[in-house]
Amino acid sequence: MAGYLCLISNGQSIFEVASPEAEKIRALTYGFLIAAAGVMLLIVLLTIYISVKFRAKATSVEPIQIKGNRKVEILMVGFPLVLVIGFFFWSIKTMREVLPPHGDGPPDIIITGHQWWWEAVYPGSKVVAANEIYLPTGKRLLIELNAADVIHDWWVPALGGKMDLIPGMVNHLWVTINKPGTYEGTCSEFCGQQHAWMRIRVVAQSPEDHEQWLQAHSQRTELPMGTLALEGKALFMKASCSNCHSVQGTIATGGEGPDLTHFASRKTMLAGMMDNNPENVYKWLTDPQKVKPGSHMPRFIFAKDSIAALTAYLTQLK
Amino acid sequence: MKAIRLPESEKPIPGLSVSTNQGLLQWISSVDHKQIGIMYLWLSVLFLVMGGCEILLVRLQLVVPNNDFLDPEVFNQLFTMHGTTMIFFVAMPAIFGFNTYLVPLMIGANDMAYPRLNAFSFWLTFFGGLMLYFSFLAGGAPDAGWFNYAPLNQYNYSSSPGIDYYCSSLLIAGIGTVSASANFIVTILKYRVGTMSLKHMPLFVWMVLINSFLILAAFPALNAALAMLLLDRQLHAHFFTAIGGGSAILWQHLFWLFGHPEVYIVILPIFGIFSEIFPVYSRKPIFGYNFIIGSGMAIALLAFGVWIHHMFATGLGNTVNGFFAASSMLIGIPTGVKIFNWLATMYGGAIRFKVAMMFAVAFLVEFTIGGLSGISFAIIPIDWQLTDTYYVVAHLHYVFIGGTLFGLLSGLFYWFPKISGRIPDERLSKWFFWLFVISFNLTFLVQHALGAMGMARRVYTYPDFAGWGTLNLISTTGGFLMGISIGLLVYILVKAIRKGVQAPADPWDASTLEWTTSSPPELKNFDQVIPVNSTRPFRDFKRPDDAD
Ligand code: HEM
Ligand SMILES: [Cu+2]
Repeated sequence: MAGYLCLISNGQSIFEVASPEAEKIRALTYGFLIAAAGVMLLIVLLTIYISVKFRAKATSVEPIQIKGNRKVEILMVGFPLVLVIGFFFWSIKTMREVLPPHGDGPPDIIITGHQWWWEAVYPGSKVVAANEIYLPTGKRLLIELNAADVIHDWWVPALGGKMDLIPGMVNHLWVTINKPGTYEGTCSEFCGQQHAWMRIRVVAQSPEDHEQWLQAHSQRTELPMGTLALEGKALFMKASCSNCHSVQGTIATGGEGPDLTHFASRKTMLAGMMDNNPENVYKWLTDPQKVKPGSHMPRFIFAKDSIAALTAYLTQLK
Repeated sequence: MKAIRLPESEKPIPGLSVSTNQGLLQWISSVDHKQIGIMYLWLSVLFLVMGGCEILLVRLQLVVPNNDFLDPEVFNQLFTMHGTTMIFFVAMPAIFGFNTYLVPLMIGANDMAYPRLNAFSFWLTFFGGLMLYFSFLAGGAPDAGWFNYAPLNQYNYSSSPGIDYYCSSLLIAGIGTVSASANFIVTILKYRVGTMSLKHMPLFVWMVLINSFLILAAFPALNAALAMLLLDRQLHAHFFTAIGGGSAILWQHLFWLFGHPEVYIVILPIFGIFSEIFPVYSRKPIFGYNFIIGSGMAIALLAFGVWIHHMFATGLGNTVNGFFAASSMLIGIPTGVKIFNWLATMYGGAIRFKVAMMFAVAFLVEFTIGGLSGISFAIIPIDWQLTDTYYVVAHLHYVFIGGTLFGLLSGLFYWFPKISGRIPDERLSKWFFWLFVISFNLTFLVQHALGAMGMARRVYTYPDFAGWGTLNLISTTGGFLMGISIGLLVYILVKAIRKGVQAPADPWDASTLEWTTSSPPELKNFDQVIPVNSTRPFRDFKRPDDAD
């Protein structure tokens, strides 16, 4: 049992919480587990006791034929009814605390689910993030959730419950993050071929750090680039990359794929599928359909040095 | 005594010179309820093997993190086909097999009310299943899950014909299901032997009756949704796409309006089976006969008021969610108290642990696990964490396997001597029992933890997070052991049919009418039916001094 609980705390379980919303749900979960364990124990013990005690023996005659007992029947209904009523009120109370009405206030962040990546827009700034989403701690955030194609579902266990993103509907979720850190999550509504690789990574920062991050990311500091990278940049703008991806300060303004303005500052790529390093970028550009089959990025036939140039460019987009 | 109708066995097929009384031709042309029942059962075994192989491939892919044994495309087809097969072509035909075989025998009738409709229902199910599997050859099986959510089920997101096959085959099988239910209702209400009043009907027959009404009300929602989806896909009707003015959520409402009653459709007859088995092997009458009927009716009614609990994360708001949380918890009560009914039936009895009874007792524990985890989804905030994770996979298998399949197996070992006239090898059957129960728990118990540890369901692979690999390995091992145990079961059945010991008419000292005929029954079930003045007519007949 202890081993079991040990396994359960692995960094993205519902028991390792980092927000008051998730805490409230966890308290309810513990309450439920205790009650369930009690009921389970009762049934198991009764089953074993009755099975052993009333096992037929060679000498058994036909037992007394009892057909029912009103008192036992009332008890049978009454006992679960009381338990259930208790949990009903507790869960209503928790629901109200975790997900109060959102009113008309503007959201703090707008998240859109795409097959198979996440887009995060910060209203009031020009910042657009993808897959790795930066949020400030200590503030109750209102998240707006939309879907670009099919139904997806936002779920970061440490931060509290799930919420679906549904085309044609706007959903909301409240989240407060207790302390800075990285929180793992995943899309949890089946959304097609690459549903498995639609992971979420929330990076929580103190409000000051977050403010700085927003500042830094609302423009792009043009770094001095080597010739290879510049060649890659030219290629990026000329080839159809720019139709689907945007890079701030350039002519690339596509919205089909993730924004790549700060691509190189992400730790992972392709929604958590792999580490973000030059080899993987090279592999991806060589044949996206081989790396992540079904993905909506087509394969382009480039010469090897063109791929190297594109890789050099992308890995400089800090 | 009321005249009993004869089955129409000897009639030759028009235009054929062969009599219908020969071999395969006799089976495919049969309108005898016993033969049709047996065909339903074999159909279910066949699809159990198919659905089982599909999920073993799935489990093989998940055996280690970051595995690349299967393409995601194939993986998605396999888990979709697994779910669809298990619900529509394993559980339903197995239940209908028992119903069709047993209902006339248990009510002292010689056949169903409409024997030809009965055959028609079977063949629709058969061809529905065939059609679903044909999709593999026709360009790809359905790949959007058995729940098939919009808009993923639309042509732009799934352009292979798989989902069109899904719609057509389920529509065809669904028509069979609805017509069979109408047949059961008429049979039960009109063709009971003269003196059997409703309050003397075996509980199994009661549950079939209640269930048939449930089917008549639930399947139209599915059939309508399937027809609408076909229109969407073939004629761009936009019922389920937001862009065309439709709604993706509408699919979920329609689907679960059918889908939630469906999970009770595959468990209510099982409650009936257990209500026959516990008393016989405990040598006592059922505890709370009226109570079981009442709670069965309550379940059937409440089943239509709980579908939103599959949609707590769709953002419908706390008021709507709260209402459906209340009804979901309520339906847990009539479901749960039956456990106490059966325990009370065993209490004070003289319990004989035959294989059927062993499955029944194991069911009490497994089904409680499934029921309790089910309640955790009715507690909405917990649902917000755990829905669509492996915790749900664990829950639903404890209900479907620990409940439905354990009930079917229990019923199989109970009625097999009646159906085949043979007794299966008891020692081997007990081996099968233990292997199956242990491997089942090995497979699914750990999945509760996987879900709580953050693993979403329906993923073709997963990153190497602490603990995930180990638990998945355990689960896959259990899955393959379950596969082996099903192989053993088929062996036991075939061996028993080939050279099992001849079964007497009443091997378990039972109390319902089917045990008064020979094993297996003649083509005409009864020449004469013993008087029915209580729920246990055969016992009254055997012990006239101590009749109920
Ligand atoms: C050669 C030109 C292109 C380059 C250099 C490029 C680069 C990239 C990179 C680096 C990523 C990973 C982003 C991340 O992990 O955050 C990506 C993902 C993606 N790209 Fe492109 N891209 C190109 C063309 C296109 C085009 C033309 C489309 C649209 C048809 C497209 C659609 C996408 C999509 C949908 C993803 C997300 C894939 C997933 O994670 O499932 N890309 N691309
Ligand atoms: Cu998704």
